[in-house]
Amino acid sequence: MEDIDAIAVLQDPVRRRLYEYVAAQGREVGRNEAAEAAGVARTLAAHHLDRLTEAGLLESGSRRLTGRSGPGAGRPAKVYTRAKGERSVSLPARDYRTAAELLAEAAELAGLDTGLRAAARRRGEALRGAAAPCGGLAEVMATLAARGYEPHLEPSVEPPVEGSEGEPGGDVDAPASVIRMRNCPFHAVAERFPPLVCGMNLALLEGLLGADGSVRARMDARPGECCVVVEASKNNID
Amino acid sequence: MTSPVPTVPSASPEPAAHLAQLNVATMLYPLDDPRMAPFVEMLDPVNAAADGAPGFVWRLVEEGTPDATGLRPAGEDVIVNLSVWESQEALWDFAYRSGHLEVMRRRRDWFARHVEAHLVLWWVPAGHVPTVAESLERLADLRAHGSSPRAFTFASAFTATEAAPHLRAAPRG
Repeated sequence: MEDIDAIAVLQDPVRRRLYEYVAAQGREVGRNEAAEAAGVARTLAAHHLDRLTEAGLLESGSRRLTGRSGPGAGRPAKVYTRAKGERSVSLPARDYRTAAELLAEAAELAGLDTGLRAAARRRGEALRGAAAPCGGLAEVMATLAARGYEPHLEPSVEPPVEGSEGEPGGDVDAPASVIRMRNCPFHAVAERFPPLVCGMNLALLEGLLGADGSVRARMDARPGECCVVVEASKNNID
Repeated sequence: MTSPVPTVPSASPEPAAHLAQLNVATMLYPLDDPRMAPFVEMLDPVNAAADGAPGFVWRLVEEGTPDATGLRPAGEDVIVNLSVWESQEALWDFAYRSGHLEVMRRRRDWFARHVEAHLVLWWVPAGHVPTVAESLERLADLRAHGSSPRAFTFASAFTATEAAPHLRAAPRG
């Protein structure tokens, strides 16, 4: 299916709600759960979920959700996740991806990391405009969501690995949360030139959030997610 | 709460080939220079992360030290990093999707830009521990001939199957 046909499948409002719900969970979603979230009957949800799968926007599998197996465990349930592939349409045809890859390749060969990071930081600051640095994690979540990062809050379980002097028991009263991001808006170029493009991304976010606010962005890469996390600054916890 | 159950237990046999990697980095300052301190501070935590990373097999260390920074087989100011992984994905996830990415991000602070290739990948029979000399040969091969199943990069990778004729035979005991 061509990209334009796949995207057209989302014109149906129920389908779009189902797609957005499944995409936002970052895990396998069953039919009952998706139906409930979209406010439609299970059979209608099942129909649309399968249409989205045929269009290549979702992927489906089957899982026994009960944790049991063997006779009596019941039929495996059908579950859905967002498909990994990218879809885009540009009218008239544009090819910014090839341009981005060529520019990144040249920057990598010439060792232009510092200049790229400076440009990204300036762009982040310009995007923020006159607004004050982000005041709290809720505000940061909204800013990141608007830029397509798909942020979600996660309890901070381990202290930062490097540079931490260790503050034993310091955060026991208030288990701090960090914002992680499911989506890398620069995925294709970041995969080809990770240190260059991830460094650019961090600088962009630093500019966007403001350096002297109550939050800070830092590198904490994990498989399958954005390389950056955002957390409350050490010196300014509300 | 429900929890998904793995459908098929993984009972796959030991893979026949592992991926070896060498990278060389020319330091801008001696390792004990204060300007190298942020890099030196990250060595232990990042090496510990490598040792515990999924798919990690082996890395070169100088006897009696925790790492290979004291070995200078490619030049007095060149440090080498030689390791073996179960798969290309495992190495990629460690190199670019772990705390190691922060070291890579700041690489220009500490290391000179290389005109020639500074990273080489090649397949070895599982169980084979590559020597420094062998790894430098692979780097020279990549620099002389470009990517091939004998010596390649992430951007132009070959599978273990494609490289099968080039696997160095493991020493048999």
